[in-house]
Amino acid sequence: MPDQQSYHKAFITLSVLLLCCFIINISLGSVSIPLYGVFESVFGTPSNESWGYIIQNYRLPKAITALLVGSGLGISGLLMQTLFRNPLAGPFVLGISSGASLGVALVVLGSGLFGGAFAVTMTSKWSVVIAASLGSFLVLLSVLIVSSRVRDTMAILIIGLMFASITGAIVGVLSYFSSAEQLQRYVFWGFGSLGNLSWQEVGVFALIYSVGLVLSLTSIKALNTLLLGDNYAKSLGLNLKQSRLFIILATSLLAGTITAFAGPIAFIGLAIPHLTRLVFNTSNHKILLPAVILFGSVIMLICDTIAQIPNSDYTLPINAITSLVGAPIVIWLLVRKRNLMF
Amino acid sequence: MKVHTKHIILKTEDLSIGYRSKKNDHVISKHINITLGKGELIGLVGGNGIGKSTMLRTLTNTQMALSGHVFINDKDVSTYDALALAQVLSIVFTEKLTSKNLSVFELVALGRQPYTNWIGTLSEIDLQKVNHALELTNITSLKHKKCFELSDGQLQKVMISRALAQDTDLIILDEPTTHLDMYHKAYTLKLLKKLAKETGKTILFSSHEIDLAIQLCDNMIVMMPEHVVSDSPCNLIQQGVFSTLFPDDLIQFDAETGSFRVNK
Repeated sequence: MPDQQSYHKAFITLSVLLLCCFIINISLGSVSIPLYGVFESVFGTPSNESWGYIIQNYRLPKAITALLVGSGLGISGLLMQTLFRNPLAGPFVLGISSGASLGVALVVLGSGLFGGAFAVTMTSKWSVVIAASLGSFLVLLSVLIVSSRVRDTMAILIIGLMFASITGAIVGVLSYFSSAEQLQRYVFWGFGSLGNLSWQEVGVFALIYSVGLVLSLTSIKALNTLLLGDNYAKSLGLNLKQSRLFIILATSLLAGTITAFAGPIAFIGLAIPHLTRLVFNTSNHKILLPAVILFGSVIMLICDTIAQIPNSDYTLPINAITSLVGAPIVIWLLVRKRNLMF
Repeated sequence: MKVHTKHIILKTEDLSIGYRSKKNDHVISKHINITLGKGELIGLVGGNGIGKSTMLRTLTNTQMALSGHVFINDKDVSTYDALALAQVLSIVFTEKLTSKNLSVFELVALGRQPYTNWIGTLSEIDLQKVNHALELTNITSLKHKKCFELSDGQLQKVMISRALAQDTDLIILDEPTTHLDMYHKAYTLKLLKKLAKETGKTILFSSHEIDLAIQLCDNMIVMMPEHVVSDSPCNLIQQGVFSTLFPDDLIQFDAETGSFRVNK
């Protein structure tokens, strides 16, 4: 594209912003650590051992999780909005989060039904991760099987919504028969959390994330073609079914693992693509995709920094912060630019 | 007949079009034998619901033929793979654009998709073809405008330009003159005529503008309930085809002026 040069400045600004946000994010927390202490801990041996421990084992993995969550949700939101040509679509329209919720609900709420021993073994961190992955995978698989029988892309959207309400109903029934303690645990999962991940977990997360990322990068050309609509895309020789499958697969890998490791984080996936389109004023995915990655990471790091409440012991639910911070930004941009770019 | 000497781009052999259902086939039209030559402008006309769209869908291989064959460049369309077909046939649909946030250049450049690499990078040749397509349709000055800033008439030129950039032997347009005022209707069809002559591409369009088509087309395909006729506009007038096109209680074809008149 001829005007690609003009985007360079925006990309450099965003990258610098990302770096700043990352440093600020790992510098702030319940324990106050001076900036030189942060750098020592990241790049060498820290003069204070507990500083090193906090940075290396708590703040760094959390910041990296924030990067993966923000960018991953941004990408999957963008993919879904383009695939369904719907500005209201987000990463979870295909029932990924509702599937994960069902899996977690079965483990957390259902533990009473399946007996005590089950409850003890099944509520560790990994079991929630596995339950969420299995749940989202199974729901997505059902959506895919059903939607392979329909030709219209819009029908897939509705099928996804229907599956979401079925799983929602099951979770509702489970909640009705649960104890207050179980309910609280389930609700807390629903708040989302970026912390508490070990390096090992971050490693697994990053691996699956990379596969999803590569799939989305290979879909860039198809996504641009889809901007013209299904008919034009087909007339340009695009294999519609295959591209659709790749796009859905990329989304489910990204959004699925994010939900598994960090909970159903709302809003970011819907808002980041809009924010990016408003700022960059383009529909070209070659520019949008990297921009969404940068924007998603920046916003998520900012939200996490706020949720942490520097120098206090409190951590606010990340899910509330993303909406509290993100929604006003999107409203402000929409009012200023006066029309929704799509 | 001249037919033997011309270079044929599209040919149908005893084609039947319609919808196939489990119980029985619903035939819309059968025994269709038409040939489209290189560099010709061909108009497809017929009343509402007569099956023009089904015809175009069958010719472009988006719908299965009930029987018979469609050949493009002597090869059956059903045997083309999607990418190869996209390099010999481009289509301009009636449907509205989904994303109007693309710039005119970006949209026309999407016509190069069948030729670009995995991420859609435009090569020198691609850029040349895109710019040439913009020049041919006189929209170079609109290059950096966004599609939502354009009028319907300008947008139609952009879509035609996109089809040109796809660089195919055959361009098929589904009702390119809908939503346009009288001036732009004539302008668009005149443009198609010019493009067919200058680029040697075969251009087939469906339209309700029978009077304009009679004046501009090299050949016309007239769809009627019983059969499909294809010939030059003059011959079709002489055969009185247009006077049987519609029920004559309301409008009548005037062979002298080549247009329809409302009964007073």
